[in-house]
Amino acid sequence: MALRDLTAAQQLAALAAGETTSLELVDAHLAAVDADPVQAFLAVDADGARARAREIDALPERPPLGGVPIAIKDALSTRDIVTTSGSRMLEGFRPVYTATCVDRLEAAGAIVLGKTNMDEFAMGSSTENSAYQNTLNPWDHERVPGGSSGGSAASVAERQVPWSLGSDTGGSIRQPASLCGIVGMKPTYGAISRYGLIAFASSLDQVGPFARTVEDAALLLRHMVGRDPMDSTSLDWPGEITVPTATDLAGVRVGVVDELMGEGVEPGVRAAVEASLGVMEDLGATVVPVSLPSALSGLATYYVIAPAECSSNLARFDGIRYGHPIPADNLLDQYELTRGELFGPEVKRRIMLGTFALASGYYDQYYGRAQRLRTLIVREFAEAFSGVDLLASPTSPTVAFPLGDRTADPYAMYMADVCTIPVSLAGLPAISLPCGLADGLPVGLQLAGPAFSENRLLDAAHAVEGALAFDTRPPGLMT
Amino acid sequence: MSDFEPVIGVEIHVQLSTHTKMFCGCALSFGDPPNTHTCPVCLAHPGVLPVVNEEAVRRAILIGLALGCEIAPRSIFHRKNYFYPDLPKAYQVSQFDIPICGRGEFVAVRDDGSEIRVGITRAHLEEDAAKLTHLGGRRAGAEESVVDFNRGGTPLVEIVTEPDLRSASDAVTFLRQLRQTLLFLGVSDCSMEEGSMRADANVSIRPVGSHGFGTKTELKNMNSFRFLERGIEAEITRQEGILRDGGRVSQETVHYEPETGHITSLRSKEESHDYRYFPEPDLVPVAPDPGWVGELRGELPELPLALRRRMVGEMGLTAEDAEVLTESPELVAYFMDAAALADPKACANWIRGELRAQLREVGTEPWESRVSPAHIAALVDLLGAGTVSVPAAKEVLAGMIETGEQPDAVVEAKGLAQMDESDLAAVIDALVEANPDQAQQLRDGKDKVIGFFVGQAMKQTNGRADPQAVQRLVRAAVLGD
Amino acid sequence: MLGYSPPPMIDESTVRHVARLARLRLSPEEEQVMQQELSGILGHIDAITSMDLDGVPPTTHVIALENVLRADVPRDSLPREEALREAPDVVDDSFGVPRMD
Repeated sequence: MALRDLTAAQQLAALAAGETTSLELVDAHLAAVDADPVQAFLAVDADGARARAREIDALPERPPLGGVPIAIKDALSTRDIVTTSGSRMLEGFRPVYTATCVDRLEAAGAIVLGKTNMDEFAMGSSTENSAYQNTLNPWDHERVPGGSSGGSAASVAERQVPWSLGSDTGGSIRQPASLCGIVGMKPTYGAISRYGLIAFASSLDQVGPFARTVEDAALLLRHMVGRDPMDSTSLDWPGEITVPTATDLAGVRVGVVDELMGEGVEPGVRAAVEASLGVMEDLGATVVPVSLPSALSGLATYYVIAPAECSSNLARFDGIRYGHPIPADNLLDQYELTRGELFGPEVKRRIMLGTFALASGYYDQYYGRAQRLRTLIVREFAEAFSGVDLLASPTSPTVAFPLGDRTADPYAMYMADVCTIPVSLAGLPAISLPCGLADGLPVGLQLAGPAFSENRLLDAAHAVEGALAFDTRPPGLMT
Repeated sequence: MSDFEPVIGVEIHVQLSTHTKMFCGCALSFGDPPNTHTCPVCLAHPGVLPVVNEEAVRRAILIGLALGCEIAPRSIFHRKNYFYPDLPKAYQVSQFDIPICGRGEFVAVRDDGSEIRVGITRAHLEEDAAKLTHLGGRRAGAEESVVDFNRGGTPLVEIVTEPDLRSASDAVTFLRQLRQTLLFLGVSDCSMEEGSMRADANVSIRPVGSHGFGTKTELKNMNSFRFLERGIEAEITRQEGILRDGGRVSQETVHYEPETGHITSLRSKEESHDYRYFPEPDLVPVAPDPGWVGELRGELPELPLALRRRMVGEMGLTAEDAEVLTESPELVAYFMDAAALADPKACANWIRGELRAQLREVGTEPWESRVSPAHIAALVDLLGAGTVSVPAAKEVLAGMIETGEQPDAVVEAKGLAQMDESDLAAVIDALVEANPDQAQQLRDGKDKVIGFFVGQAMKQTNGRADPQAVQRLVRAAVLGD
Repeated sequence: MLGYSPPPMIDESTVRHVARLARLRLSPEEEQVMQQELSGILGHIDAITSMDLDGVPPTTHVIALENVLRADVPRDSLPREEALREAPDVVDDSFGVPRMD
């Protein structure tokens, strides 16, 4: 078995047994990163990674993440490693600081190989809004990997790294995990520090892991959660993230969200999800239908709140302290030319939408109402969780779609997140795990739980994963 | 006599003198080289987040309590969105509909003792902008500007008053006494010149007897009370002129040019402001524990208004004494320490008069000098007991300033104890005899010549004579009174 | 098709006003496309403007945190070279900006 076919847990075991070294692991994965057949990477720090591997290999005792390589979404600030958030606005930008979550992983022994492609400023569901390149779905190079964390998802599916970090605002981890046939998790809002995550929509953004197994996702998560003095919205983590071991779902009550199983969900996706619900019952779960009446208004609510916050968060890109202004002889022109030129169409669209939603005369009608709708959604989830332990739905209503298929219709693209957005609005944790194939392409099952139920979710996902035995190898990697 | 009445409200920005900025750990500094107190947070690098400075919250609450404001049980931050190079995030984190300090009232006192009651609308926390310097002249003509982010993110409290002021001089009286109160709280340096206190005035006028409001203009950022008073006066005059000519005042921001005394309109922006306020998602509410607020209330020092009332009502000081002595918390403490040991009125006279006059020459303040409040009290006691004359006491004080000795030691060292009357009478007799012309003038009714004898007597006795006694003895010797 | 298209949710002058507020220079073609696209998106979003939300409070934060405060203790600032290293226009150890009229 090649080193890059090992899961992170297996790599850690091999390191502990002295069967390999961090440098060997880094080199094996760098070879795949260099080839990059799916165009997942925007920047590679080969020298830094090798140097760090040598350091760790020389330590008397291996740190908990042992010197296993990782890829980081380009939305996370990494000191001295070019960080663009997929935008020309930050072309060549070298941050002076590292995001807290990356710092924590590095301190635990993870080795950053490079930065992965993404939709510009995390706005998109196909990674086609990257200013630099399209990332290809490892299962079918004609199709999108999902987004916005498409590079991080593809790099894990393509086995360029065993795991990676993404960020999820309305589904940007779960949806690409679903489309690439891997595990992706969005934790409870506040579980992982956002310090260093280039903000898209601050009240929704969360960092989370991609991996090929639920166990690996848990391992990564456990080293990131917890309060950060640099993030006022980060939470003390109650207890710790445990490595999931569950093999059944005895006594677990699973609610299936009616509104997310209906029209718009591809038949193949529905079939795969329904099959996995059957498997959950076989594992001992009680599966019941649940209604979240406001879930379908979630999309509209989200497309007011997220653009409003983004319009403010992206106002700092003015070409004065960093960036590449289009020179003009007066300030107003320079602002407008720079921002008009260097932001891509989707980013401009959302800034416009958000500016409009906050503008005098429209605030109450749009932003004010969206915040109240958010309250309804929060309440409905709370009510649902009074009767069930977990909610299940498809992660994405469709499998990976062809490149270019939805770029002409913004709202069709927005529909890709219809199942993930309600959970984001409620700030709840959710995991997507591969549950089968439809037309040869992966389908994701989304499991969501109440705040801080990560361990419960990971355990349930672990049990389902074991029973489904989904093969995460894309056809191109089958030997 | 004007037919119009001015209606004035003020907005005051106070920089808090905390150790660090409002939302990051950069140290506050004045006058350091540009961009040496910055970090990713206050430079608004991608991905950074704000964290509220606890001390800034504490000081905002102290200010609110001193202004009689309701302290909000739960207040939140908003983003105020606008583009400007001195605002790196392109939004200012401020407070909007739920400020930390709600309604209050501040009472200022005019020189004649009458009160000016000013409603406080609110006081809220926010962050200061960075320093923008226009190279090559004033704003519009500058080819280029540069930004120094050292100041960016300094904690600010903005205090907004009701339009309760009716004259420029009342506005300035209010502002001076507000400033004094803030100095007593120890929350800010309150330096108008350095910009740690900045005041804008909203000015409108209305026909006397009317209760409506005219269109107001905003007089921006005056850097001294004097200019502020003149500026408000000039603006009132300008508005009166417009209305008298049948015109209409337009709502705009105006600027007072101290050099010319003119009011100029700051070029109106091509678009009206739309700040798109919305709740700051990166910060959570501030909900001060009532116990904490109670503790802070207990920590409030005695404030100038109460102090002045006590000084006049209980200590026998004049209103003017009280005003001078409450100029700074240090001076008050100095006076109070002395007044606890000796006659308060006499202590007040000596501290605000001779002590400060003499110290001004050496460029120091009473509380920094070698003269302790106890020494001043001792000097006042020596005077009261008749041990030294007033002129001698001044010399004693000079000695005390120089040596830091107790006054009685200085009296002894310099031989300044007042002469007894029989010794003084001998000196006077000799003086009268030696100056027959002046004696004759006195006999002729030229009373002013008595000053000559006093001067000579003081000189010959090295100031140990009591001038009153000298006068009496001269009259006795010459006129036989 | 009946040849009927609903009136746009957002007119051209609003597009221009919003673009100015957001400091985005849009070409006339971009303005037109933006008007259509925003109108389309707002058409979907508009459902929320008619829902009954009486008495429902807004949610600003999904977490129930309060009073997250930092002690007033200085931390190291950046060396000036680092503060300025990404700046496109450095003048007198400061960040240069063009004139403002």
